[in-house]
Amino acid sequence: MPKIKLPTKSPHIDMTPMVDLFSVVLTFLMLTTTMRQPEPATVDTPFSISEKPTPDFNTMTFLLSNDDRVFINFDNGPDTLLKYRPKILTLMGTRYGVEFTPAELREFEKYPSSLGVPILKMKEFLATKDSKGRDAFQIGIPLDSTDNQLSLWILYARQVNPNIQACLKGDSKTGFSTVKKVLDILQEKNVNRFNLITSLEATKINLEEIQQQ
Amino acid sequence: MAEIIQEEKVKGGKKKAKKHAPHIDMTPMVDLMCLLITFFMLTTAFSKAKIMEIVLPEKIKDPNQKAPVIAASRTLNIILGPDNKLFWYPATVKEEDYNNLPPVMETDFSAAGIRQMLLERNRTLARKIADFNNQVISGKIVISQDSLLSAIRKLKNDDDTGPIVLIKAYKKANYGNFVDILDEMNICGIARYTFVDIAWYEEKMVETAIGSSPPASTSTN
Repeated sequence: MPKIKLPTKSPHIDMTPMVDLFSVVLTFLMLTTTMRQPEPATVDTPFSISEKPTPDFNTMTFLLSNDDRVFINFDNGPDTLLKYRPKILTLMGTRYGVEFTPAELREFEKYPSSLGVPILKMKEFLATKDSKGRDAFQIGIPLDSTDNQLSLWILYARQVNPNIQACLKGDSKTGFSTVKKVLDILQEKNVNRFNLITSLEATKINLEEIQQQ
Repeated sequence: MAEIIQEEKVKGGKKKAKKHAPHIDMTPMVDLMCLLITFFMLTTAFSKAKIMEIVLPEKIKDPNQKAPVIAASRTLNIILGPDNKLFWYPATVKEEDYNNLPPVMETDFSAAGIRQMLLERNRTLARKIADFNNQVISGKIVISQDSLLSAIRKLKNDDDTGPIVLIKAYKKANYGNFVDILDEMNICGIARYTFVDIAWYEEKMVETAIGSSPPASTSTN
């Protein structure tokens, strides 16, 4: 019997279903993704068992870096519509005799990350376009008693948005003296409820251990 | 699938073009998509950061107003020390006793350290909460998530045996310690805890403990 010769053909894989699937996954990821904004200082948040998610709006976040700089951020949630940010900056500018042009206010509103710029340097900061040049201005918000700009930022932020909540995002290595200073300033302004931003880490306590004793 | 219809050369009348669906090579497309998916998967922040709430006691601004007095028998002081150390002592120390300060006990953030100490003191409440949680998990009690939280809060409010923990920070502590100890409060189900300023004599107690810790941590007097 003659052998049946199979024609040697390069097997052609139909990739259509694969492409379909990829498209779906890609679309999903593109829609759900929220781009992480680079913060001016890298912060490793400590862990806790808390499962409460961070609120999306009405927050002011204090970023405490481990080199004792303090940054502040007003949320970029729905308040971009209500334009809290430019209002806060205008109030802050009037206090220090700096007048901001509408273009500068828009630039401030668009700035996606935390700010650690002294108010007198703000104009230069907003005029700088590249991110490296901007980073040079991020020296932290002054908070000593002679020039307590942080307390004024808090005051005006609460004036503009009375529902604002304080969130603290600190590095686990941040010295407690800085944290204490920020907490004191907040308490002076009658903010007694804080949200500490942490990462989730599950811990279980040993039930038997409790029951034995 | 898109089919490209080839123009048929009828006019020439020589040959009829073969009518077959040309196969589009999708490999580059797949390659590109793989890249994009990888990129998005890496940049997406799926796990949102969590928050831990803490309410601090209001600052006393009126000089005539006195700080609330709490039962000394239930008071437990925890001091966050340098180098991730923890110090604790029960009851209260009066400012007048500054040359006869009680020793502070040293412990750490491990499960056998501070957690066991807290659980021992908070046994009744911790057991109540754990039992309640167990019943919910095993389905004996059907309850919604919100009322579960408020039920636990009620258990905590009704408790009158557990310790009242005062957390204090020595100047060289760090923020991670602060969050850790608050987390420990949540894990052990401590009903009443707050963060207060450290007193000068407590700083002294910590300093003596650090100074004398290599030989014996209790020989402060």
